[in-house]
Amino acid sequence: MLGKLSLADIAYDNPIVIGGVVLMTGAALATLLLISYFRKWPYLWRNWLTSLDHKKIGIMYTVLALVMLLRGFADAIMMRAHQVLAEGANRGFLTPHHYDQIFSAHGTIMIIFMAMPFLSGLTNIIVPLQLGKRDVAFPFLNALSLWLTVAGAMLMMLSLAIGEFSTAGWTGYPPFSEIQYSPGVGIDYWIWALMLSGAGSTMTGINFLSTILLDRAPGMTLMRMPLFSWTALCTSILMTLAFPALTVATGLLALDRYLGMHFFTNAGGGNMMNFVNLFWIWGHPEVYIVILPAFGIFSEVISTFSAKRLFGYRSLVYATIAIALLSFTVWLHHFFTMGASANVNAAFGIATMIIAVPTGVKIFDWLLTMYRGRIRFSVPMLWALAFLPSFAVGGATGVLLAVPPVDFMMHNSEFLVAHFHNMLIPGAMFGYLAGYSYWFPKVFGFSLNEKWGKLAFWNWLVGFYLAFMPLYALGLMGMPRRMQHYDNPEWQPFLLVAAIGALLILIGIGCLGIQLLVSIKNRQTNRDRTGDPWNGRSLEWSTASPPPVYNFAVRPEVKGIDAFWYMKQHPLPATRPPRYQEIVLPRNSGAGVLFGAASLLFGFAMIWHIWWLAMAAGLTMLTIIILRSFDDDTEYRLTAAEIEQMERSRYPTDRPGAET
Amino acid sequence: MTPISQLRPTHAEAASAAKIFGFWAYLMSDAVIFALLFATYVTMSQNLAGGPTGKQLFDLSPVFYETLLLLFSTLSCGFAMLSLSNKQKPRLLIWLGVTFALGLGFLLQEYSEFDQLIGNGAGPDRSGFLSAFFTLVGTHGLHVGLGLIWLLVMMAQIILKGITLPVASRLYRFSLFWHFLDLIWVSIFSVIYLPGVL
Repeated sequence: MLGKLSLADIAYDNPIVIGGVVLMTGAALATLLLISYFRKWPYLWRNWLTSLDHKKIGIMYTVLALVMLLRGFADAIMMRAHQVLAEGANRGFLTPHHYDQIFSAHGTIMIIFMAMPFLSGLTNIIVPLQLGKRDVAFPFLNALSLWLTVAGAMLMMLSLAIGEFSTAGWTGYPPFSEIQYSPGVGIDYWIWALMLSGAGSTMTGINFLSTILLDRAPGMTLMRMPLFSWTALCTSILMTLAFPALTVATGLLALDRYLGMHFFTNAGGGNMMNFVNLFWIWGHPEVYIVILPAFGIFSEVISTFSAKRLFGYRSLVYATIAIALLSFTVWLHHFFTMGASANVNAAFGIATMIIAVPTGVKIFDWLLTMYRGRIRFSVPMLWALAFLPSFAVGGATGVLLAVPPVDFMMHNSEFLVAHFHNMLIPGAMFGYLAGYSYWFPKVFGFSLNEKWGKLAFWNWLVGFYLAFMPLYALGLMGMPRRMQHYDNPEWQPFLLVAAIGALLILIGIGCLGIQLLVSIKNRQTNRDRTGDPWNGRSLEWSTASPPPVYNFAVRPEVKGIDAFWYMKQHPLPATRPPRYQEIVLPRNSGAGVLFGAASLLFGFAMIWHIWWLAMAAGLTMLTIIILRSFDDDTEYRLTAAEIEQMERSRYPTDRPGAET
Repeated sequence: MTPISQLRPTHAEAASAAKIFGFWAYLMSDAVIFALLFATYVTMSQNLAGGPTGKQLFDLSPVFYETLLLLFSTLSCGFAMLSLSNKQKPRLLIWLGVTFALGLGFLLQEYSEFDQLIGNGAGPDRSGFLSAFFTLVGTHGLHVGLGLIWLLVMMAQIILKGITLPVASRLYRFSLFWHFLDLIWVSIFSVIYLPGVL
């Protein structure tokens, strides 16, 4: 009846796990109780859960990302604390089995359930606004993507309470992840969390590819699109074409585990290196999926806060395209030690180094954008400024690792851990946090507190350097990654410094929380009434903050790069009365969130081999989609009069001119 | 707020064109799945683990019937598209019914082939080669199965709603899907079955 599931699967003998479970369920229960107490369920259902508005879906993605950041960071700080202690006679406070789950969960969460929702959220909110659109190409598909991602994240959280998580690292390499060596449900949790959210990401890719390529505002040619939209386009292409490889890799592993096939087993003609190839055919483009949008954000921020047009706009666009294409040609550098011939390794090593060229082009473009600009050191700009040198250091160590003989030495060492954190924290996380503070006033109508933002920034930055620079040294001293225990007292001081760095980042995260609370409390004084708090350059700043449901009452006309800047330099005569036309918008639909709930049940049932439930949930998913396809009345129309009324209520003093 | 049915057709037409574009993007994404499964099959085709080879297992005559059934279902799908553009509802339904029957015949033929292989001890758990074979051909079969469900839904929509613009758009996308599966099958035939006899 319940498959492999029994009461014994709840780890109440482990106080740390139970502490986490109590904290997690406590927070979840408290949220549910508060919503019930304030009778907010109808509001939540009508305005959020069923919404197909790209801005609201984006906000929900971002909330998911921030929650999962807390979970992923809790894992990180436990690892840092444990490694400080676990030297010589001291065994630390985490058992090996628990420690292995923590590093596996940390990587999976930070990439799949923090970075991906964060970039999807920012893309969702901003790209349609930047391109002068009223929605994404497929609003319902957008909701499906969101709720599939949420379902995957819920599986991650459930694995803490019920059963266990994978101990095979975030990459889940066989043969260790095969049923023979990992008979528990941990790997299955990992597989299904990746499957559900991976399907969601593929659909996000298709959706934004269509959104960006079709029906932009009049005059918004490709070569006039803001850089963030360009990076979102390249990211969408990568998502559409790379995520299938993750589906295949995890799908074939699941076939091995569930049906006894021999794709990656030791015996029976399996070939484990095939998994590693498939995984990184997705995994390397994935690196650029998470980094390219951050590059886009840095481009917007540096240009805005230098009050200058981007230097070398075209070269930035072509560099982005080049990086996206090259990202498919370097996957083998993740496993030079596989045993491919020297020539194969050399080819992939050189391809890897070539990626540094377009990236270098970008760095110089950003530097030259700032050159002779009027730079304002606001929080988003601080993140961008810290990114430039930090990312260059990470890139340089990447070029070192791209040399196959060097990689043979540094493979699987702390040097590698330092390298990729050095890419992903300044390269992606700083970018998302810059985007978060840059676009927050656009989304909510009030600015974030600068003082707490700066405190958060400095703690993050110093914490990052303290946490990861020692790991380079440890790698050179020969420390392998993922060690639950070690016998070398020379390593301990470095790990202590790294742990202090992690503590500073914790303070940084705390500052971000305080910043949010303080800003909400002072929202009346921080209110952005202009829609353009930073003296922005692209179209999202030309509409109100927060934007009305239809984004633009009159679709803007684009005359050049930095469309809104151009409008501000060439204002229209104020006498022209606005002429509104009807606007078509997607109706809310509960089908997306119900589909996500069914997919969560489906994943859970597959993990625990509850076949009847898997069948029922699968049939429910199919039925929801079929019923939805019968509904042709999925949109509603706002008449010109309704729009005029909404516009008037936003501008109490009759504002002449349309959105310009 | 008024329902969409009273809208200018241009908006609905644009939406339908966007969906066709998006569906092409989906097909490319799906093509990557098949490409990787083909690559996996090719790299594993000699991983026999002492089990039977493709030459010993594959019998071209049932595969020939399968191929005929699928190719003719694509032909009837093409006729269905012609009746769609001529707005001939009964003909459209007949051709879609023929497409369904041929597709179902294909699936049943494939099922009996799989059944025979597994009965002879050459199931997907026998060797890496057979795992890759069953997964590649089975993934194609799964697509055909989902396509058949889609086809039934479309026939129901034609009967209930008539040939409206959204229905026609869905049918057009279905025909893209069906042709795509045909193309995959031709590749399966050439990569898996033909090398056994050549």
